[in-house]
Amino acid sequence: MPAAPAIKVERLVKIYKKMPAVDGISFSIAPGSITGLLGGNGAGKTTTIAMLMGLLMPTSGRVTVLGAEMPRQRYRVLHRMNFESPYVDMPMRLTIRQNLTVFGMLYGVPDVRGRIAELAETLDLTDLLDRPTGKLSAGQKTRVSLAKSLINSPELLLLDEPTASLDPDTADWVRAWLERYCRERGATVLLASHNMIEVERLCARVIIMKQGRIEDDDTPERLLARYGRGTLEEVFLDVARRRDEPREAAQ
Amino acid sequence: MSTRTENAIAFSPRRIAAMVLRYWYLLRSSWPRLLDLIYWPLVQMITWGFIQVYVMQNAGFFARAGGTLIGALLLWDILFRGQLGFSIAFLEEMWSRNIGNLMMSPLRPFEFIIALMVMSIVRLAVGAIPVSLLAIAFFGFNLYGLGLALVAFFLNLMLTSWAVGIFVSGLVLRNGLGAENFAWSIMFVFMPLACVYYPVTTLPVWLQPAAWILPPTYVFEGMRALLINHVFRADLMVEALGLNLVLFALGVMGFLTLLKSARRHGSLMQTGE
Repeated sequence: MPAAPAIKVERLVKIYKKMPAVDGISFSIAPGSITGLLGGNGAGKTTTIAMLMGLLMPTSGRVTVLGAEMPRQRYRVLHRMNFESPYVDMPMRLTIRQNLTVFGMLYGVPDVRGRIAELAETLDLTDLLDRPTGKLSAGQKTRVSLAKSLINSPELLLLDEPTASLDPDTADWVRAWLERYCRERGATVLLASHNMIEVERLCARVIIMKQGRIEDDDTPERLLARYGRGTLEEVFLDVARRRDEPREAAQ
Repeated sequence: MSTRTENAIAFSPRRIAAMVLRYWYLLRSSWPRLLDLIYWPLVQMITWGFIQVYVMQNAGFFARAGGTLIGALLLWDILFRGQLGFSIAFLEEMWSRNIGNLMMSPLRPFEFIIALMVMSIVRLAVGAIPVSLLAIAFFGFNLYGLGLALVAFFLNLMLTSWAVGIFVSGLVLRNGLGAENFAWSIMFVFMPLACVYYPVTTLPVWLQPAAWILPPTYVFEGMRALLINHVFRADLMVEALGLNLVLFALGVMGFLTLLKSARRHGSLMQTGE
């Protein structure tokens, strides 16, 4: 019998003042997989992730995460998942150690001190632990956000642009580390990104969104073959411009 | 269901402790925040203390009613600072864009509320205890001389301040930082009607029922009864407690309704103006 999906989305709709931000999408994500969520600005990626986290109530449709219906049953599973997003910060005056201690306690981590030491070692934050979070560089802050998102060793990780402000070397290191974490922990990752190289490298499957709908959903290899393109970026541009062409012609 | 899941469903004092620790770290790291806790209460106490000294020297009634002005001021400060302490701790999350992290963590709304209540007491203690001691030194007014009555006054005023603080936090969650001003000003709506510095009988007769709807009115009347007539009005305290429980329940219901509305409208994702 196949394992139950880590995420199951059925006919999900979110409407803001008559404008659909997410328009009837459905998909399932297998446990232990890394899936990319691609789309331009306003495609509905962040809205979808917010509904997966239970932060936003759908207008209609159904979201099931790790077997719990969101947002109704979110407290059954929130301690088993985590997220990283550029839309939130951590308190700037608190040191990295203080911030991670607070989140470790919130997520019910048994040995918070040990877990912080472990994450600091892995994410190269040991020397910075007692520095205020507001005094870090953008790259260091991203690493701290990653540390926060991993504090509870989540089974499900929702990442929104995880390497956006990192230099290429650090970004590459973070990707390698994420790959290893998922392999060793068997964690499921949903990754929203504009970085096609990142998606191509990490994701076994890519969901492309546009104007609140799923435009395509396949493995990177099959997408490249089907569109006859050499890179995911070219595929993304094809999808992004496909429906705009008749509209532009009409204008 | 696994033990871990069951634990996650249960109420968690550890999560409350985490939030209290978070605010304590913040207070400890910022001397302007600490200074702010004591600065206004001190300035107000000194100003009103001297006014009290002046009227006592010039008016027979106030000479008998020694301490009512400064007592009212100190009790008003408990009410005002209690609410402000609650609301500022909450606003810190909005200012630091941390509210999304908290809302997507296992922290329950009522755990968050309890942590904010604890912090409002801590913040109040940092400001009010030194100021109340200075009131003894400067003006010979010993707030602690009110004894058990002070406990009843304090409990009732804190309950009101929390009820208002909880509701204002809901307003900010739902409407963003544009609603921040409510946190600073809403308590002043109580000031004229709660009869902080004068008895309820001073108000026009038609306005007096409105005053008696507010729990702090009972506390300030009770304080005057104690200081002027040397009588502790337990009946007033019980009535205040009853009204406070209703007000607190309304505050929590308002907060939960506004939180639900924020989840529906996506306000939790946009924590700016």
